[in-house]
Amino acid sequence: MTQTLPDRAAQATPPKVARKIKGLSDRAIAWIFVGPTIFLLLAINIFPLIWTINLSFTNFKANRTNRAVEYIGTRNYERILTDSDIWLSMQATAHFLIWTIVFQVLIGFTLAWLINKKFRGNDLWTTIIVLPMMLSPAVVGNFWTFLYQPQIGLFNYVITFFTGGDPSGFQMLGSVDLAPWSIVIVDTWMWTPFVMLICLAGLRSIPDYIYEAAEIDRASKLRQFFTITIPMVLPFLMLAVLFRGIENFKMFDLVVQLTGGGPGSTTELASINLKREAFEKWRTGYSSAFAIILFVTVFGLASIYVKALNKVKER
Amino acid sequence: MRILNLATVSAIGLAAAGFGQSAQAEDLTLCWAAWDPANALVELSKEFEASSGHSMSFEFVPWPNFADRMLNELNSGGKLCDLLIGDSQWIGGGAENGHYVKLNDFFDNEGISMDDFAPATVYAYSTWPKGTPNYYALPAMGDANGWFYRKDWFGREDIQAAFKEATGRDLAEPKSQKELLEIAQFFQGREIDGNTVYGAAIFTERGSEGITMGVTGALYPWGFKYENTPGEYDMEGAVNSPEAVEALEFYKEFYQTATPPGYTNSYMGESLDAFKSGQVAMAMNWFAFFPGLYADPDTGGDKIDFFVNPPQNQAGSTLGGQGISVVSYSDKQDAALEYIKWFAQPDVQAKWWSLGGYSAHNSVLNDPGFVDSQPFAGDFLEAMGAVQDFWQEPAYAELLLAMQKRMHDYVVADQGTAKEALDKLIEDWTEVFEDEGKL
Amino acid sequence: MSFSITEPTPRAKWISGTLVITYALITLIPLVWIFMTGFKTPPDSISYPPKVFYEPSLEGYVNLFTTRTRVSPEALDALPPPANFAEEIVRNRNMVIAGPSKFGERFMNSVIIGFGSTFLSIFLGTLAAYAFSRFKIPLADDLLFFILSTRMMPPIAVAIPIFLMYRNLGLSDTHLGMILLYTAVNISLAVWLLKGFIDEIPREYEEAALIDGYTRFQAFYKVVLPQAATGIASTAIFCLIFAWNEYAFAVLLTSGTAQTAPPFIPTIIGVGGLDWPAVAAGATIFLLPVMIFTILLRKHLLRGITFGAVRK
Repeated sequence: MTQTLPDRAAQATPPKVARKIKGLSDRAIAWIFVGPTIFLLLAINIFPLIWTINLSFTNFKANRTNRAVEYIGTRNYERILTDSDIWLSMQATAHFLIWTIVFQVLIGFTLAWLINKKFRGNDLWTTIIVLPMMLSPAVVGNFWTFLYQPQIGLFNYVITFFTGGDPSGFQMLGSVDLAPWSIVIVDTWMWTPFVMLICLAGLRSIPDYIYEAAEIDRASKLRQFFTITIPMVLPFLMLAVLFRGIENFKMFDLVVQLTGGGPGSTTELASINLKREAFEKWRTGYSSAFAIILFVTVFGLASIYVKALNKVKER
Repeated sequence: MRILNLATVSAIGLAAAGFGQSAQAEDLTLCWAAWDPANALVELSKEFEASSGHSMSFEFVPWPNFADRMLNELNSGGKLCDLLIGDSQWIGGGAENGHYVKLNDFFDNEGISMDDFAPATVYAYSTWPKGTPNYYALPAMGDANGWFYRKDWFGREDIQAAFKEATGRDLAEPKSQKELLEIAQFFQGREIDGNTVYGAAIFTERGSEGITMGVTGALYPWGFKYENTPGEYDMEGAVNSPEAVEALEFYKEFYQTATPPGYTNSYMGESLDAFKSGQVAMAMNWFAFFPGLYADPDTGGDKIDFFVNPPQNQAGSTLGGQGISVVSYSDKQDAALEYIKWFAQPDVQAKWWSLGGYSAHNSVLNDPGFVDSQPFAGDFLEAMGAVQDFWQEPAYAELLLAMQKRMHDYVVADQGTAKEALDKLIEDWTEVFEDEGKL
Repeated sequence: MSFSITEPTPRAKWISGTLVITYALITLIPLVWIFMTGFKTPPDSISYPPKVFYEPSLEGYVNLFTTRTRVSPEALDALPPPANFAEEIVRNRNMVIAGPSKFGERFMNSVIIGFGSTFLSIFLGTLAAYAFSRFKIPLADDLLFFILSTRMMPPIAVAIPIFLMYRNLGLSDTHLGMILLYTAVNISLAVWLLKGFIDEIPREYEEAALIDGYTRFQAFYKVVLPQAATGIASTAIFCLIFAWNEYAFAVLLTSGTAQTAPPFIPTIIGVGGLDWPAVAAGATIFLLPVMIFTILLRKHLLRGITFGAVRK
């Protein structure tokens, strides 16, 4: 701010348009300002959502527009909830969700804790670590399939460089046992910085005087860590977990590029399954029901979680 | 000036070719898969541009994404493509959902006769319902799944001797599926010129249609049938017949014992790469790639030869190939039909074959010089004589996805038995046909 | 304070610095590998063992921007000498350049849709954020939460009705359709972030302006907007990055005319198999702007990725 307010006032010659608006009440301006946003959200979020709910009770198929659409009650929902393949894809999603969060929290927190030691150049290195997170998951995921190639890929080569053995002796993306882990590895590579940044904010929010007081009380470093650092960072950490949880529940682009759901269906996450049903099999009614189930699940879990988070915050 | 020039060019073009329907020069977009024949078609189409005054744009999508993107385009009523060379299995959906323009009247008016095209291709690429004289496409590209191998390796005395010692047979092009596997297993892990090589590259891809196209290469020679009675959708006992189980077990053994490491999700591109990099002795792939393979400076020429998918209980090859259709959402249908009319001419078809496209026109195929025109031409005719295709139902995508899943689960992910995989496949397919109201 | 008991010892700093730098270097390897692969020849890119040292080549970039056809050696000999380095590279592979590839178009689509939706989200978002920040709006909290909740839907689930809606409206595979969709997704981020930034601007400034005879509207754009400029800029970059990186909607709702780069880059193919140097070249060109933006944004990064929930 180099200019003072009177300067600004002097520069301001009200244009003609403004005179018309002058008469508007704050209330009117508020609605003019909020209106377009609400309208857009109604048109592109709410209306489609209601439509989806409606479709979920039909046998509609988007590629068969000249076929009569029948309302079939809750049959789609019954079919989904009793379909063993859907449960397998939910298990694959859970495996992915849980392990990515475990690794990202452990590594992310450790990194934040180390960076908070304020060594020289920590800002620069933080920025470098953050880079993968900002990149296009589809483009990066696609390139990782190259890194994971058994013979020519860098990943196997580096691993066997340290462990010995044949780089073509194991297949990260092709083996049933390793593929679920290969997607966890890439997601962890991409998103650990996210958890790290939030933890870092948490660590930096702890005032020095708390540690100083603990020091005076002769609390050991270890004790300080568990009684001060962890509890103070916890709300931040939980927030990070919430974000990662929602994002990875929705996960599509990265994994579809990496494995396409294979081998077999071992990495077919919920979103990938949904995409197959909706846009390859074109079972629109059925997949609408599936979409609603997924939405209710994530919304329900998130609401419970947010309640827990608020309790932690209040303490 | 520009407009004038354009008009002159098109006037000359019209006069030359004798077209009268459309005086307006259009920019047509033709959609197809991105592969060798597509490049040949670009070359071929330059003649059409010159003679008609229309200009051609092309949208080529790689095979793994082709079906996904083009079916999405059709289902969204998109106007991207005026002409579409769509896969054979799309014909049912294209016809029933009104994506493709019905061509009967056009054929009648222009004197284009389907009798001029090879019957197998007309049946597979043009008709819906199957075999009836209702045409939604003109056969554009005949294709089947075949094999090619390193002729130079097969001809080496040390390798021949080793093969004789190992199997008691002479090393030659396989005459049955089991011989094929034996040869592949012989090469698997062998040292040739200091490199470890592998048996054969086969299709195992999960995302689009790869593993289905590979597995059917074994199923058909074993005598696999989709239905006991054609048109009845009675699959029990046909899809899971003992022969089908044996063929599926065969394909899994092939995958496990005679393919390069990491071959868990491979289709056309991977097969070509493996062969061209000298990694494998044999590979399966579509005939469409054979002209390019033969011309390859490193592994083509006298280093390569071709054979048709070997029989077992009977001859059988997996059908590929496509017909060319006019998209009903296009605003330029007249110009698009002009293209088809031009494309159907015998001399254009002859040039199509010489550029590397597989013409389905009888004047090309029945030409006495055809068999000797390319080293794979005879194999192509033989293959097309015994082709089978996947379901071409409007619900083809659902049927295919079910098969992709069951086959990949069994062959690559090693889950369950062959019988279980086929039983589950019948369940999946039955559900689809029930939804369709056909069962 | 020159000495503090909370200040880590030099040894602790040294150890933690080493560990963090080691992690940072490992995490960079895939990105460096993308960059390096872009300058390899196709055979070098798939050689075993992977090549770290190689003779750089522009073949990947040439292949990225061109389509090529194979010609016979005889026909190649008959051609006039190559006009530029690109033709020379291509001819070494027995091919000629047939024309430009689609990469340029797809990249431009990314630019148009990215900037279009960013502009629209910021425009609408700033207005809405100002209203939420300064006026009493009935059910404001519910509305704000509702705006946020739209981000919880899996994109595939959202795409089902959008696909049908766009089909009926003729918005499939159009720039406008994608701009509107990305705006609808981005606006939640924009409103939440911008509300935070505007909340931080003291109300006294505007009140002073109002007393000086400004209308509410003038106060908004002459006083509040300049104050919120940094916040608006960083919010804009976040919106741009989202639209730039988005894949699921793009792959489902576009096929050609409006297709952006993320669904396109993985489908760059060579003659048989993926052309990894060309893919890497495309990825490099596509990722670099985001990397630069990330470095510019680093002060506001945390706020952006947490919807303003954490502000440091």
